[in-house]
Amino acid sequence: MLKRTPFYDFHVSAGGKLVDYAGWEMPLLYRSVNDEHEQTRKSGSIFDVSHMGRLHFSGKDAKEFLSRVVTRNIADQKVGQSRYSLVCNDAGGVLDDVIVSRDMKNWLMVCNAANREKLVKHFTDVRRSSGLDFDMADQTESTAMVALQGPKIIDRVAGILPVDVKAMKRYHFETSSFMLVKFTVFRSGYTGEDGVEVILPAKMAGMAIKALASGIDKPDATVKPAGLAARDTLRLEAGMPLYGHELSETLDPLSANLGWAVDLTKEFIGVAPLREIAKTGPKRKLVGLELEGRRIARQGTPIVLDGNIVGEVTSGTFGPTLQKSIAMAYVDANHAAEGTQLAADLKGTLNPARIVKLPFYKRQ
Amino acid sequence: MPETPPTYRYLQSHEWHNLQGDSVTIGITQFAADELTDVTYLDLPKVGTKVKANQRFGEIESVKTTSDLISGVSGTVTAVNDALAKTPGLVNSDPYAGGWMIKIKADDPAEVGKLLSAEDYLKKTGH
Repeated sequence: MLKRTPFYDFHVSAGGKLVDYAGWEMPLLYRSVNDEHEQTRKSGSIFDVSHMGRLHFSGKDAKEFLSRVVTRNIADQKVGQSRYSLVCNDAGGVLDDVIVSRDMKNWLMVCNAANREKLVKHFTDVRRSSGLDFDMADQTESTAMVALQGPKIIDRVAGILPVDVKAMKRYHFETSSFMLVKFTVFRSGYTGEDGVEVILPAKMAGMAIKALASGIDKPDATVKPAGLAARDTLRLEAGMPLYGHELSETLDPLSANLGWAVDLTKEFIGVAPLREIAKTGPKRKLVGLELEGRRIARQGTPIVLDGNIVGEVTSGTFGPTLQKSIAMAYVDANHAAEGTQLAADLKGTLNPARIVKLPFYKRQ
Repeated sequence: MPETPPTYRYLQSHEWHNLQGDSVTIGITQFAADELTDVTYLDLPKVGTKVKANQRFGEIESVKTTSDLISGVSGTVTAVNDALAKTPGLVNSDPYAGGWMIKIKADDPAEVGKLLSAEDYLKKTGH
């Protein structure tokens, strides 16, 4: 039985095409991928991201515990700040990529839907073996979460949300009450555009969507709903990794260009193997590829140089904004320099592919 | 959604066939186009290529997936829709007219009549 988010009725009424995503019945698209993608780049979109895990940590040792399980330094993280981080296994492989936010009393971790149960088990094991004293509360199903993304979003939501979003810096957040409903508003997202992500009580989702998405059915609406397919093309153009593609338990964050989110000077689970990788440099590196023509190199496509396989595609699409076939791939470190001419083996046809700088797309 | 043209003939794999004289125009149905989502690329045969009934004549690619294109009849390709190279989205927006893919001179035009009627196609594919 698939889980439904508090916005399920909204998806149905907005004509969403629903699919199974990590055990959740989620909208793949409402109108068309290109339309929803361009609406996000030019104006604004609302995405249901309630399927993502929301774990709260509180108590005496919460901070020390988090410091042990995430790669990022959180010691100097201020109240109201969010930080992207990785959770690693003992071998330095990635269990998940998460965003950790520090509130007055609590810490909040937003994780991938497919990894929530795995993380809860991992954290429970760590708590048992370490003896650290903290509470962990999984609030995924008692809350809802939406992402509002696009260049016109901040102006649009400034009059609706009970916090000063215009003054809010990126990767900061604020919690406020509006008609007795607790909202947490983050200036963050996963599209390459400016915008906010909002957590609210599940039972208020229906009311909130009416306020946030009023008039969405009009053709020239500032904000329209967008589904998972557009979320994927948007994040890929923005060069952002997706767990299960660019990240996995057998891939490490340094090879994935996420060294900036790994503090090797502190102690955390997986730090020793990562220090070794840092010494010698990763054997493979995550790169961006631009393919000639319109064909798509999908996950698993071999990358070839002079008849030898030197890499493998992790994600690929035809970028709706860029109007180019783009892909991310792990490539042997000695062939991973920008400008290197490689080829994608598309079922026996070698399609030229050149290594380009990530992200593929950057907003003006 | 536009109506499934009642005079066209269909394959269960969602290709439509429009017979005029001995010329058969082939494309895919709106249902198939919607399932694929936005089409990004088509690999179509050149004029003069021989096509065999129930065999692959090309490939269609979308944001979501890549899929074979099948012809319901045997014949020789006489025309290819060049507009799709620049605007593959025509397959989504206008699947039964502007989104046509190839025209074939059928070896045996009667083969078309053996394909599914619109009614049977809708029944078999359950939509």
